[in-house]
Amino acid sequence: MSVIIDRFDVFAGGFWLTLQICVLAAIGALVLGAVVAVLRISPVPPLRAVGTAYVTVFRNMPLTVVMFFAAFALPALGSNADFLRIPVLDSVFTRLGTDLPYFRFALIALVLYTAAFVCEALRSGVNAVPAGQAEAARSLGMTFTQNLWHVVLPQSWKASVVPLGSVIIAMIKNSALVGFFGVVGDLSQTADQLTSAEGLAFVPVAIGVSIGYLIMTVPLGALLDRIERRQAVAAR
Amino acid sequence: MSQQSVLYDVPGPRQRRITLIASVLIAGALLAGAYFLIYLPLDEKGQFSMDLWGPLVDPGNEYFSQVWDRLGAGVKNTLTAAALAIVTSLIVGTLLGVLRIQLKELNRRRFTGFATPVAYLLRGLSMALSAITRVCVEIFRGLPVVLTIFFVARGLPEFGVSMDTLWYLVLGLTIYNSVVIGEILRSGMEGLPPGQREAAASIGLSATQTTMIVLLPQAFRIMLPALISQLVVVLKDTSLGFIISYEETLNIGKQIIGVLSNPIQVYVVIAVLFIVVNYSLSKLAHFVQHRLSRGRKTAGLPAQQPPPAALTAQSEGGGGVS
Repeated sequence: MSVIIDRFDVFAGGFWLTLQICVLAAIGALVLGAVVAVLRISPVPPLRAVGTAYVTVFRNMPLTVVMFFAAFALPALGSNADFLRIPVLDSVFTRLGTDLPYFRFALIALVLYTAAFVCEALRSGVNAVPAGQAEAARSLGMTFTQNLWHVVLPQSWKASVVPLGSVIIAMIKNSALVGFFGVVGDLSQTADQLTSAEGLAFVPVAIGVSIGYLIMTVPLGALLDRIERRQAVAAR
Repeated sequence: MSQQSVLYDVPGPRQRRITLIASVLIAGALLAGAYFLIYLPLDEKGQFSMDLWGPLVDPGNEYFSQVWDRLGAGVKNTLTAAALAIVTSLIVGTLLGVLRIQLKELNRRRFTGFATPVAYLLRGLSMALSAITRVCVEIFRGLPVVLTIFFVARGLPEFGVSMDTLWYLVLGLTIYNSVVIGEILRSGMEGLPPGQREAAASIGLSATQTTMIVLLPQAFRIMLPALISQLVVVLKDTSLGFIISYEETLNIGKQIIGVLSNPIQVYVVIAVLFIVVNYSLSKLAHFVQHRLSRGRKTAGLPAQQPPPAALTAQSEGGGGVS
């Protein structure tokens, strides 16, 4: 067990990098997912078709394939994902601005993949709003946007918090994949590095890395349980 | 054809205009995307040739049969791993879920038939056991499945157990998914009205009989959507086998790319393979769910939560996320 204490800085660094990619990917996925969700419930059929196609494609494809595509096919298309070097952001999240683009590639893959699930979570919230609400708003003469913004979304938010939370937890767990796609220094790559290259005993390293992920996922899950229970009580 | 939403009215002229513009823009984007995927990956001389797509689509190509033989083997391996993992995690998951339910029931009991110290001992034992299972479930549910597979493949050889990579993959997937399936089962059972258990007790069924005859079949019906989307997740997660170099579809694709260097084309084909299989699976899930919910009405069982009034197209399955 002394490995965890001796190499605490390595584990902490891995945790920090994983946290960074999770925060960035969560923001990106929430934004993109919200856009896709609005597309999917919009009154314009082609936009709806696009939203549906997006969700179908990304929900039925393994994240691994998306990651491979981002990490190996984007360079073949000549892209370096430089558009992600956002001036203020890359001074906070230094890996965004580095020359090795794997962090950005992994970020793109995570965002694209998670956005499909975020969209479904938001949409399930919209589906939980009684139809009468939307009908009443429409009978007042509200347009689609007004209806969505003033009536449906505020109510659907309550029903979509819990599914959104589980999507984010899943995303945190999915972020373990980035270590196998060239992102040096995140928790899963740390496990690989410490056991294979430095030949440390496996069990303590596994425990250290697991603790890193559990710190992020378990409290979030407990929080979600609480919210769920509170909502169940409020609904009665 | 998606359901008409109540968020908006019958399309008016403005909406038809937007529709037209959106269609044109989207068609343009799709054409541009197709052009990008097919024509942009040119060969070294800057010329478009069938070299990059050829091995995948042109039967006359010298690599065609080899590539598809290997991809077929990869698909077979993927399906093998998925089938094994699904069977084992269903078995282990059901056992785990039932164990947790029964332990919870046991915790409620006061063991009145026993002498006081024995009763306390039994009660403490059941509480400790349920706490342990709970902690294990939380840990394995909170860990990424990538790491579970990685840990199994790296850790077991260190304890002198070495197996075929297929079994590492199956074991890793089972550990994660059985925990998740156990939780799905448990929530399905807890979603049942308590009257079911009481009624079963009142006609003299034992705890095991109650679980097997009364509760499990009903819980199964409730949890089916979540269960099937979890099975799709298992299928998707087999692609993580590339980490431990199991020869599944994606890994084979990687090898093909290593020889023919056509990453985009191969990934597109693999993505299409996965999408076709998973989409048809989730459609099947829809169908089964529909059939079961139709049966539920006639069975006169307690009213489920009616599906929320559809504002949009019906939502697809549970929140299964890999």
